[in-house]
Amino acid sequence: MSSLPDHAEFLPLAQLPSLVSRLMALGYQCLGPAVENGAIVMRELATPDSLPRGLQAEQAPGRYRLTQDPHNRYFAWANGPQAIKPQAFAPQESLWRVERDAAGDLKFAAVLPAVRPQAIIGVRACDLAALALQDAHFLRAGRRDPHYAQRREQLFLVAVQCAEPAATCFCASTGDGPTPTAGYDIALAELSDGFTAVAGSAKGEAVLKDLKLSPATPQQIEAARQQGCASAAAQTRSLLARNLRDTLMSRLEHPRWDEVAARCLACGNCTAVCPTCFCHAEVDEPALNGASSEHGRFWDSCFGETHGHLHGFNVRPDIRSRYRQWLTHKLATWHDQFGRSGCVGCGRCIAWCPVGIDLTEEVAVLTASEAQP
Amino acid sequence: MNDISHPIDAGPPHAATVVARTQESPGIFTLQLRLDDAAAQATYRFAPGQFNMLYLYGVGEVPISIMSDPEERAVIGHTIRAQGRVTQGLAALQPGDTLGLRGPFGRGWPLQEMGGRDVVLVTGGLGCAPVVSVIHYVLRRRERFGKLVIIQGVKHAEDLIWREQYDRWARLPDTQVLVAASEGAALWPWHVGRVTELFALARFKPDCAVAMMCGPEGMMRVAADSLLARGLPESHLYLSMERNMQCAVGRCGHCQFGGAFVCRDGPVFNWGEARALLAHRGY
Repeated sequence: MSSLPDHAEFLPLAQLPSLVSRLMALGYQCLGPAVENGAIVMRELATPDSLPRGLQAEQAPGRYRLTQDPHNRYFAWANGPQAIKPQAFAPQESLWRVERDAAGDLKFAAVLPAVRPQAIIGVRACDLAALALQDAHFLRAGRRDPHYAQRREQLFLVAVQCAEPAATCFCASTGDGPTPTAGYDIALAELSDGFTAVAGSAKGEAVLKDLKLSPATPQQIEAARQQGCASAAAQTRSLLARNLRDTLMSRLEHPRWDEVAARCLACGNCTAVCPTCFCHAEVDEPALNGASSEHGRFWDSCFGETHGHLHGFNVRPDIRSRYRQWLTHKLATWHDQFGRSGCVGCGRCIAWCPVGIDLTEEVAVLTASEAQP
Repeated sequence: MNDISHPIDAGPPHAATVVARTQESPGIFTLQLRLDDAAAQATYRFAPGQFNMLYLYGVGEVPISIMSDPEERAVIGHTIRAQGRVTQGLAALQPGDTLGLRGPFGRGWPLQEMGGRDVVLVTGGLGCAPVVSVIHYVLRRRERFGKLVIIQGVKHAEDLIWREQYDRWARLPDTQVLVAASEGAALWPWHVGRVTELFALARFKPDCAVAMMCGPEGMMRVAADSLLARGLPESHLYLSMERNMQCAVGRCGHCQFGGAFVCRDGPVFNWGEARALLAHRGY
């Protein structure tokens, strides 16, 4: 996708800090890219001008290395291991709390997170598509998750067109990028001298209005559009665009599951970095004095030994069945649940897999027409 | 379907008190619970086949099917095997002790579809617990249904709970009780061997019956083959499934079975919904 609206504002390069500064003035805690442990992560920006420049991330199966962008741009990196997901679906949080009095009576109370408005600067189209799927799961009609909802409602999202896809990216083939088309408050496209800026919400429109920007020229809008096309064309990986549900579900005994299971460490990295994975475990943490206990949840992985645990046995006792569960959920049964695939083409599961298992390659083998079920 | 109640939501649980405790067998016990909030207890409704999440203070929650009669308003019954951290703790609770309860959750048995039909119940081990409320339901409205066939299998003779009830049911008109233990014991009056060996003895009109199964998946696959071979339409065969459940509202992801969340879309499924995936080990 490379469509951009016909109209856009233009944010000169030197004025990028004024966008951050405006958001800060509106009370937003602003998160932006930062380098931590050799990877790009989203961290609070200390000042409006603390967005780093010139970062790039070279990615390949089992490989993520920061490099220098020769053009010294702000957003020449494709993505880091996490972006929006932890801000809406907290990696660990309390759900409710119970107190026990001397008589042994229990008093339960819900625990809701205290969150402040948060703006994330530099989110990508793949992450916006993933957020829409997390919304569909956690904000399902009649079953809204109050914890997720509370965080989600506070988010202000400044998206950026991905101009430099990593070798692991395949969002063009899933239809989710590289140009943001929905789900943002403001969408930027970085050009050599500044950014085209488009509002995607009333909140975003108000912020852009406050910045008193000039309209982008037709040439600038066209340059952004072409940059999106070039970025899509530069992607070297792809996933079949069609619905893979029936094909994958008819190959549940394919020999490839054994082959990939022999390589997979079941470490769960892929599920930890996947922006759509929603599994979480619930756990009780009693206070040391015995008078109360806190019931919380934390991100879980279908690769873990306890995910399929039942009294006395494990539904998925081996890596073969766990990898198959993950892949067929993501690409097949996700269609039953949410009306589309659960993969947005971010490629994180490829880059962060310690043994470099490539989802697109596994799918290609599993769906090859000559394959036997 | 069977959405007759307003579930107590995803949390926090409601405080409930143990009203009575029965030791059913060395490892199996029944807790009769009452919600401490009288209004909540008065409005609590469930459908046979649904389950509650029971919370043991400081340890955690487990999904337990409701075994009491749906018409019973005073208490909510749960029959539990002491197996893991939570259930072993629950086993230690005595009348007067407090725990947490939220529910009911999930889709129960298709009671509406049973009218006028023979009802065949096939259970294995503690799979009898989610089905016993169906037996109560049928016996209370006996004239509405055809024959009642109760088939229950256990590993060891001493695993059979509710033995007096099976004896009593066996003496009722139009009711057939077939019980098997893989390993018998002294004075064991029932069949010794696999429960699957009893399927051929079941007397019912396949074209006018509804069958419900709950137990080990292997047993249910064999039972399904047998029932379908006798001419029971697939659309009238149901099973209750078990998976790891932590949230009970289709959110935490552990109970996924294909596209279904067993806690929300099940635990009761039509055979046709579950058949294809049940054939694959580890799904």
